[in-house]
Amino acid sequence: MTALTDVVGYGNKSLRARVSRPAAWLFLAVIMAVTIFPFIWAIRSALSTNPALFAGDFDFTWANFKRVLGFASEAEIREASGRENTGELNFFRALRNSVIIATTIAAGQVFFSSMAAYAFARLKFAGRDRLFFLYLTGMMIPPIITLIPNVIFIKQIGWISSLPGIIAPFFLMTPFAVFFMRQFFLNVNRSIEEAALIDGAGHFRIFWSITIPMVRPQMITLGVLTYVTAWNEFLWPFVVAPAEETVQPLTVALQVFKTQQPGSAPDWSGLLAATLIAALPVLLIFAVFGKRIVDSIRFTGIK
Amino acid sequence: MTLWILIAVTAIGSVYSLTNKRTIDGGWRAAWWFVLPSLIGFLAFFLIPTIRGVYLSFTDWNALSNSGEFIGTENYTRLWDDAQFWNSMKVTAYYVAINIGSQTILAIGIAIMMDRLTKSSTVRSIILLPWLIPNLVAGLLALWLLDPNLGVVNDMLGWIGLGPYNFFTSTSGVIWTVAGLNTWKFMGYTALLIFAGLQTIPANLYEAAALDGASEWQMMKNITIPLMRPVLALVMVVTVVGSFQVFDTVQVATGGFNGTPGGPVNRSRVIYLYIYQTAFKFFEQGFASAMAVVLLIVLMAVTALQMRLFRANESDLAS
Repeated sequence: MTALTDVVGYGNKSLRARVSRPAAWLFLAVIMAVTIFPFIWAIRSALSTNPALFAGDFDFTWANFKRVLGFASEAEIREASGRENTGELNFFRALRNSVIIATTIAAGQVFFSSMAAYAFARLKFAGRDRLFFLYLTGMMIPPIITLIPNVIFIKQIGWISSLPGIIAPFFLMTPFAVFFMRQFFLNVNRSIEEAALIDGAGHFRIFWSITIPMVRPQMITLGVLTYVTAWNEFLWPFVVAPAEETVQPLTVALQVFKTQQPGSAPDWSGLLAATLIAALPVLLIFAVFGKRIVDSIRFTGIK
Repeated sequence: MTLWILIAVTAIGSVYSLTNKRTIDGGWRAAWWFVLPSLIGFLAFFLIPTIRGVYLSFTDWNALSNSGEFIGTENYTRLWDDAQFWNSMKVTAYYVAINIGSQTILAIGIAIMMDRLTKSSTVRSIILLPWLIPNLVAGLLALWLLDPNLGVVNDMLGWIGLGPYNFFTSTSGVIWTVAGLNTWKFMGYTALLIFAGLQTIPANLYEAAALDGASEWQMMKNITIPLMRPVLALVMVVTVVGSFQVFDTVQVATGGFNGTPGGPVNRSRVIYLYIYQTAFKFFEQGFASAMAVVLLIVLMAVTALQMRLFRANESDLAS
């Protein structure tokens, strides 16, 4: 790589190279600015009172974040929203629901998909390759095909408007998760497992105490990706629990809050504070696991 | 409930029948227990619903009564005469063309710049940020930034003497706005996919070209772009299929605060939105299923066409 930069880098005396490098950096800088600016502007707006926003102004307050989480006093609510009554604002409950939903889905999906992936990568059984191919085909079915039958099914088993109903379709597997983990099991050296097998360990024991520890980093990556996907999911909870506030995740609660606003003078500062809260956990996860996610992008391309 | 039991019995039954067979490999019996949970999930929420979805498209299934009769191809003939369906397909096609066009060009640009300038994972992380946040969040941020009266984008355009524009409420502009918003959200992700592909191009090709005195532009034209084709093909297949399924941002950002999403005058009523409304607002789930099946066929055709056009399974790097 050094050889490459030596040859085509600033060492290159051609005029074109000198002009194009700063131009290329400028292009990247503009892209990054466009990427980040909306977040900064939304943070600024959420830290202002609503009347100030309507005056094209800025008036610092923490009250918006406090009131969407239900911690603000009535005086604070009035001051921040500029209104007598802001309607019911309970994003704390929605936040709790989102945490429950995303955590359960991530834990279940990663565990059960890893089990299946272990079997597909390690064990021999009739129909193995045909079944795996069927799973892969499942990756290509657009979710809209299964959406309506899944809602009907959830209704039939009596889980409509409930947390189990929101969680169920993603809890046991997604074809992508099985595919993802299988790739890593295929690359793990199997000699230790074979030794354990000869020593009389059962397959579940081997899976649990030998194979899992060896692919722990990949399981964490998959867990993070699954968590973020579950956190961001909107359409499924929106159709399976449309009117049940007690189980709605943040994405659905945001949509409901938006439609309750008067079109002439919406509660922008409150809406933006809630919006940022919906993005915050994902951003926190990203701050911790960012490099892992970036490195996994090659795989998600197949998703 | 009956269906649930049926699935469980089928799955457990298949495990028992297979575990009873004797084999040389002791892993046989265990294997099916390892696969069982995922198999139940796959049957219950992927395979059976897909078959059921196709079946529903031949019924007049109604969400209110939660039942329906077999009516043959009636939904499909109705679809053919439904102006709203054709409008939605047209709007979606516009959306995909604008979104994929801008997103792919920008992503190729970003990927090549990153490849030539920096391998910094900070740069890559920043560029990936919009992809990670919920679509709904992106939609609400856009709604605020692009507001005709209070939005900062119109303020900025005002400095150079443009606007103000009604980004989400103009009949001719709304689909451009939604497409642009999703380009913002997905260009970084697409760029990283292409970037990963670029890493597979052997560095010695560039070194040899540079020694022969090739310029950056010549290298891009003669090495990068031709060798990028297979990666680009896969990325295009993935992003085009994804783009056809746009829903969340349209649902949250169009139609104003309490109007019906898809407006103004249905100019942003994309096919996913129309299917959603038919199934869950008008409760005609049989008819909606027929639309979903048509969309599935369209997506398969588009994918097959792309694979052909891009010769996706061949590589110029061979030998």
